[in-house]
Amino acid sequence: MAGGSGRRRKAQNTMASLKYESQVRPPLVVGQKDYHNVTEDIVRPIEASPTRAWWIGFIISVGLLIFGIISVTHEVIFGVGQWNLNRTIGWGWDITNFVWWVGIGHAGTLISAILLLFRQGWRTGVNRAAEAMTIFAVMCAGQFPIWHMGRVWMAFFVMPYPNTRGPLWPNFNSPLLWDVFAISTYFTVSLLFWYSGLLPDLATVRDRAKLKWRKIFYGLTSFGWTGSTKHWQRHEALSLVLAGLSTPLVLSVHTIVSFDFATSIVPGWHTTIFPPYFVAGAIFSGFAMVQTLLLVTRKVLKLEEYITMEHIEVMNKVIVLTGSIVGVAYLTELFIAWYGQNKFEGWAFMQNRVNVFSPYGWSYYLMMGCNVLSPQIFWFRKMRRNLTVTFFMSVIVNIGMWFERFVIIVTSVYRDYLPSSWSTYYRPTIWEIGFYMGTFGLFFTCYFLFSKFFPVIAIAEIKHILKKSGAIYKEKMDGVEKESVEEFAHEYAHAH
Amino acid sequence: MAVKKFVVGYFEDEGPLFTGVKKVRAAGYKIHDVYTPMPIHGLDKAMGLRETSLHTAGFIYGITGTTTALSGISWIFNSDWPINFGGKSHFDLPAWVPITFELTVLFSAVGMVLTFCYLCQMAPFVRKHHFNLRSTDDQFTMVIECTEKTNEAELTAFLQSIGAKGINTQVAETGWWLGRYDKEQTHRDHTGAILA
Repeated sequence: MAGGSGRRRKAQNTMASLKYESQVRPPLVVGQKDYHNVTEDIVRPIEASPTRAWWIGFIISVGLLIFGIISVTHEVIFGVGQWNLNRTIGWGWDITNFVWWVGIGHAGTLISAILLLFRQGWRTGVNRAAEAMTIFAVMCAGQFPIWHMGRVWMAFFVMPYPNTRGPLWPNFNSPLLWDVFAISTYFTVSLLFWYSGLLPDLATVRDRAKLKWRKIFYGLTSFGWTGSTKHWQRHEALSLVLAGLSTPLVLSVHTIVSFDFATSIVPGWHTTIFPPYFVAGAIFSGFAMVQTLLLVTRKVLKLEEYITMEHIEVMNKVIVLTGSIVGVAYLTELFIAWYGQNKFEGWAFMQNRVNVFSPYGWSYYLMMGCNVLSPQIFWFRKMRRNLTVTFFMSVIVNIGMWFERFVIIVTSVYRDYLPSSWSTYYRPTIWEIGFYMGTFGLFFTCYFLFSKFFPVIAIAEIKHILKKSGAIYKEKMDGVEKESVEEFAHEYAHAH
Repeated sequence: MAVKKFVVGYFEDEGPLFTGVKKVRAAGYKIHDVYTPMPIHGLDKAMGLRETSLHTAGFIYGITGTTTALSGISWIFNSDWPINFGGKSHFDLPAWVPITFELTVLFSAVGMVLTFCYLCQMAPFVRKHHFNLRSTDDQFTMVIECTEKTNEAELTAFLQSIGAKGINTQVAETGWWLGRYDKEQTHRDHTGAILA
């Protein structure tokens, strides 16, 4: 008995040093890694020269960005009339793109904040890249309302400051102003959250740097981080509180974006279901974009051991869940449009959307197919773990989510209360398309620069979970767990 | 701040570091700091550091944001320029919830990050003495301050006995100075530039 309890104590000591986590959970870091390997693997792409694939991608992105700049310049010189917006369709591609990009910008903060509070270990592999994606997506989103203003040199009028025009203040009761506050706060807080997390990792790159420019650049950007215990303690407190703040923030942002529509009296927009429906849709499209980017990133930067199949599978689970929530929301909307017996609401849904022969009926079915039907494939484990299917689906979902916003915006406004002003068919001009393509350029240019100059995986956070979720430590735990469970059962049986 | 002499020990795993910290404190040595590549939960307590008050600061910044939004909007809509929006109340509290919430979060987040940088004395162009460059990679560095009572040889032997893999002695500035990381320099190369 004495020998048995001695063995058990030994087992407990081993457990304590290994920070026990259930063996049921698959490892989050595959392969035989120690701390130094983690640093090497993640910093390698930064220290290597850019590959040919990187240059090709980067040049295409910059090309798109230039196309976007030309399109926007054209719009600024000649006015918003360069877009095909008209008297009934005041919001077309531009606001569709705005909502789409904002939605994509939701996954990063969701992963880094909400999953931090829920103690989801798998977030560490993907949070850095997802947060970066969030920031770039919000930058893209912000372009649309700003350039839509037309006289963009007066854009600062939306800020409340004591001015010489009265002072004339913006309307704080307006959802459009709420949006200004929501998006700018979201951008700022996401940036701070992302960058404060980056500081220790930038210091890691700095302390390894051999080249002069790298020492200067990472010396500047790491703010003189040393890794002091007191600093880590504050850093942890900061991350936790920022996560706590970002959690309601991320939910509030798309809620407020949905208020842009929901507080109006336009049939098809005037819906109380919008806030949760928009938030679910945002997470849905955001995760799809994370999948698109990370599937490529892990392959190109050889990070398969950190962004594992488990990460991909769990994100696919989120996609099928949120896709189904969105599907329920679509059906609820339809039901309420019928049940509410409001003729205008009924017309917006039954004639402008569901009727496949109406001018935009096709877009409604495209949306339904991409967002509700196709993600159901992820109920099958084999599909969730298939990279080709995942990549294909991630693109499909984002096409579907773009059409969701297009359906909401255009099919609701193109036939208003006055049939004589029902517009002709709305299609975008080359400048609207160019502007949209330009935001892709901006997004991918930023992402390419990020993946070249910044660690795409949170190095310190991976090291933090390495000893409880790394494959090598899990293997060590296997024996300990089995032995100690048997001993426990044995001793328990003898105690009576 | 001040130039001091330190004995620096490197550990390759957090296990011996933890017990080491306790033993060093029990032996009465003064731990200047421990530098680690990632946060190690409980190390702050083992070192006897007090809990940070950054949360409290965040809360104060947050309520400052709430108050700013509510007082600002109500002053604007009630006294500075009262506009009649379709006969709605001038004190339309529910409609102000979104902006009030956003400003609360914004003030709290920005304030906390600035406070964090101030407390940790971090900013671009700030340079500090780094005892061990691998403490941002895979080593755990314990730095012990030498006072007039400290016997260096004894301390070195003691660190060896608790599992330090490498030990050396360094003379270093404890504060920060303006400098660049591409130059092998210390604060003494920057005469007159010691700011803190």
